[in-house]
Amino acid sequence: MQSLLWLIPALPFASAAVLALFGSRLPRRINSVLGTAFVGLSALAAILVAAAFLVSPPAGGAWVQRLGSWMEIGDFRPEVALYFDPVALVMVLVVTFVGFLIHLYSVEYMRGDEGFSRFFAYMNLFVAAMLTLVLANNLLLLYLGWEGVGLCSFLLIGFWYKDPSNVRAANKAFLVTRVGDTAMAIGLFLIATQLHTLDIQELMRRATAQWPVGSGIAIAAAALLLGGAVGKSAQLPLQTWLPDAMAGPTPTSALIHAATMVTAGVYLIARTNALFILAPPVQFVVALIGAATMLLSAFSAIAQRDLKRVLAYSTMSQIGYMFLALGLGAWSAAIFHFMTHAFFKALLFLAAGVVIQAMHHEQDMFRMGGLRFELPLAFWSFVIGGSALAGLPLITAGFFSKDLILWQAWAGPNGNGWFWILGLLGAALTSFYTFRLILLVFYGPEKLEVPHKPGALIAIPLITLCVLSLIGGYADTPPDFGGVPALSNFLNQVLPPLKEVHIGPVTEVITALCASAAFAIGFGFAYFIYGPWRVRTPREDPLLRLWYSGWGVDWLYDRLFVAPVHFILHASKSDFVDDIFSWVANLADRTSTLLRRSENGRVRWYATGIAAGFVVLFAIVLFVR
Amino acid sequence: MVLLWLVLVPLIGGILSLLSDRRPQACRWIAMAATCIDLLLTVALWIGAPVRQSRWLYELDYNWIPQFGIRFHLAMDGLSLALVLLTFFLGLMAVLASWTEIQERVGFFHFNLLWILAGIIGVFLAVDLFLFYLFWELMLVPMYFLIGIWGHGRKIYAAIKFFIFTQLSGLLMLAAIVTLAIIHQQSRGAYSFDYESLLNTPLSQGTARLLMLGFFAAFAVKLPAFPFHTWLPDAHSEAPTAGSVILAGLLLKTGAYGFIRFVLPLFPGPAYEFAPLMMTLGVIGVLYGAFMATAQHDLKRLVAYTSVSHMGFVLIGVFAGNQTALTGAFLQMISHGISTGALFILAGALQQRMHTREIGQMGGLWSTMPALSGAGMFFVMASVGLPALGDFVGEFLVLLGAYRAHVGVTVLATLGIIAATLYGLKITRQVFQGPNRHNWRLPDLAAREWVIVAPMMLGLLWLGLHPQPFINMFQQLSERPQSVAALQIERR
Repeated sequence: MQSLLWLIPALPFASAAVLALFGSRLPRRINSVLGTAFVGLSALAAILVAAAFLVSPPAGGAWVQRLGSWMEIGDFRPEVALYFDPVALVMVLVVTFVGFLIHLYSVEYMRGDEGFSRFFAYMNLFVAAMLTLVLANNLLLLYLGWEGVGLCSFLLIGFWYKDPSNVRAANKAFLVTRVGDTAMAIGLFLIATQLHTLDIQELMRRATAQWPVGSGIAIAAAALLLGGAVGKSAQLPLQTWLPDAMAGPTPTSALIHAATMVTAGVYLIARTNALFILAPPVQFVVALIGAATMLLSAFSAIAQRDLKRVLAYSTMSQIGYMFLALGLGAWSAAIFHFMTHAFFKALLFLAAGVVIQAMHHEQDMFRMGGLRFELPLAFWSFVIGGSALAGLPLITAGFFSKDLILWQAWAGPNGNGWFWILGLLGAALTSFYTFRLILLVFYGPEKLEVPHKPGALIAIPLITLCVLSLIGGYADTPPDFGGVPALSNFLNQVLPPLKEVHIGPVTEVITALCASAAFAIGFGFAYFIYGPWRVRTPREDPLLRLWYSGWGVDWLYDRLFVAPVHFILHASKSDFVDDIFSWVANLADRTSTLLRRSENGRVRWYATGIAAGFVVLFAIVLFVR
Repeated sequence: MVLLWLVLVPLIGGILSLLSDRRPQACRWIAMAATCIDLLLTVALWIGAPVRQSRWLYELDYNWIPQFGIRFHLAMDGLSLALVLLTFFLGLMAVLASWTEIQERVGFFHFNLLWILAGIIGVFLAVDLFLFYLFWELMLVPMYFLIGIWGHGRKIYAAIKFFIFTQLSGLLMLAAIVTLAIIHQQSRGAYSFDYESLLNTPLSQGTARLLMLGFFAAFAVKLPAFPFHTWLPDAHSEAPTAGSVILAGLLLKTGAYGFIRFVLPLFPGPAYEFAPLMMTLGVIGVLYGAFMATAQHDLKRLVAYTSVSHMGFVLIGVFAGNQTALTGAFLQMISHGISTGALFILAGALQQRMHTREIGQMGGLWSTMPALSGAGMFFVMASVGLPALGDFVGEFLVLLGAYRAHVGVTVLATLGIIAATLYGLKITRQVFQGPNRHNWRLPDLAAREWVIVAPMMLGLLWLGLHPQPFINMFQQLSERPQSVAALQIERR
């Protein structure tokens, strides 16, 4: 089964190519079959490979499949090779399986769209690029997937390209993430120059052997990779593209938020964990960035009116949790939360798509209400997905993964009370904005009629994801609840294991109880403020407005970066170097005009000229000698 | 003999098409046949390339003016093979691109086109410096006519500017070449313009520095390096499509070729000495070119400035002083020829349909020309350095090599990625995406245009995914003297 590995990224690549070249000439039915079936086959291949891997784990803990060399120049020999270990296994399964469900959903969701085949071509390419990223055994191939993911997000966010605001959002996403990519590229130069390899396992070995902990070079390498990670994962300070990325079709948002793109940064840091362990200050910064993004975007989510923007800020916030976990050194906890988050966030976005389509692309929650009878499937999807997001204790997946991070925030090697408290605060906020959303959309008086009900192709993915959002957490349950941390144990074969260092007054049980309390508090406030009996009017408040605008970061960046660039571009319409050359040309022109005047045809002038010349020459001969 | 035919076929083809000026269609077919024949010949040379024993793969050496040691000496190694291949590939594309665009004086047009190609081939093959200079000038005059007669807008201004810049700098090179020959006569007793004998001419440090600057002038203007780039936007944007393709795809490469073939091996000392300055000029070119590109309103002018930016990478790679960067510069030359050539062809196709190059007049073209817009996106993405396409490999290797030489330069040049994103997005956003405000209804890519675009796409994918054949062509088939010079620089 190992030999099937290359098929996992190759299948969606193939269908993307076919759809891009011939899709517009093929009938819609064939397009939809091509678009979904190849991702489905890819998922199947992933399941087969994963099963074989689990049944007979390889000796070194990983399979490497070499497909060829990319280029060979001196000692720089990046290969085209795939690397399959427990981390890649989890990532690949989630990406292909959730990706497949989203594609299935899209067949019905996008059926009326004129760009149907184009949409599926982009989506397949997106999945293929993400799979390349996840399976790459060296950083250069990973970078190929990394940029491919960026390209596809650009194409998909701007999918409805006729609307300038969509185009603007797409451009913003591409540009902002490329700022991070540039940092990452410099990181690759540094690593390749210092360690003479870009093979991920090999470079981690060499780095550990050559670089002392906390050395400047290790800090530089980790910080540069972190730059790439914050760009793709929409963390501070490169988070601004994600809320606008909602301009794309809703299945795109689901794909970006759940299975591809934003989790790439988390994966990169987990994958190169040795570099971050060598650079404790950078790892601490990862935790700080995570905590800050988690809280700031949770506050922003509270103030949004647009259904999808709430979910967007919620993604940033949840990725913040994953970064926090990475920064704490709880590597497997980050991957665990990535997995559960993929289930419930895909579910929430797909359900949001049902609502939005039913409402004729109305996305303002304050214009919705009472939809729970009209759209029962979407309602239950939101209840289950939202509960998982908010961390409803014991029966949802999100509870277990978040709980593990919170526990590590206290007990982990880099943990402390502050991270623990911030994490709990974030949990309460999450619960609050989630139930605010559900209450606003599904309770209260009905405001709009629902003409359109979803069909089977939408129902199947939703139900599947509902189930996964409920049971996905049992993959890793804390021992104190009588469970088995199966996923952590599995991942810890390759990731540094979880440690519990600070055991003090707070125990895992207390953490879990506090998390449950945070859930309850958030839910209570939401019910109190937005309960069904309340009149729903958006509140005007300076603080809310600040949160609504994402803490004014866009405003700030507009003034700090966009305006100066525009100013310089405006000022530099003409090439100043050319002005210098034109000046020389003008000088020559003027001189010739001037000299031409002397040629006026008057003999007296000429005679004077000759005489003057004679005098000057005579003077030179007389005096200079 | 094949080398001679490579030069002769376009020369003869040019005369034939001049003679059949009354029948435009015949001229086009003649030009296409000439480029096709040479392209096939070059491919045959590539396939049949012998295992390298001597310096050259193929060689042709006749006595010409023995009194001055001038020989008709053509030779080909891996570097020139790759560039000759690129020349005929782009030459064919240029002929196809002008198929319907050129309607006046078709015979004379193709005469000029083919003679430029002959000049370029001569430049890539000549290893006698006198002969080299002859071909260097041969490229110039027909290009002057091409811009001046079939150009647009301020075509006379652009043509004269192009002529003055190249001619003046070329004269400096001529002076340097003649001085080299005289020095050779003084030390060895006989004049020689032969590349290999001049390689071994002893030079004092001061002389070497001065002579290197003479060569530098010619090549820096052609490349073009900042601040000698200002002829380029005018010439590129006013030239007809074929002219732009050849200018950007090939003429600029003669500058880069000159650096690799002559400046590094002939003057390794000064090349090392001036390397920091050259790399700085390269970085300025990268950033300044990208920035100026973003500021343009004229599509062809925008693309022209991106060339300044890309050639900045080549300059960095050439003077970074190691194999990685030099190979990167080589790959960047080839990829840039294809990607920018393609962008000029598409810009020309747009101009032919819309009769404007103003970006402000465009927008939303995707809805009316999906295939052309898709192709445009593809080449823009190649140009901004997306992995899997050719330019990425070149730029990455240049920067990787440059990092060893100078971290600061590399970091600044890497910021060029962001700057490139700015101009790339400007094209996609303002030309292809957005609403179709001016209600354009235009025909999509025709079959002839597909024939142009598809091989260029494949070429970029090939260079991006499997560049090894080209790397080998450069490294194994022409290990010396470029690499020697580069390594000399590195060792110091």
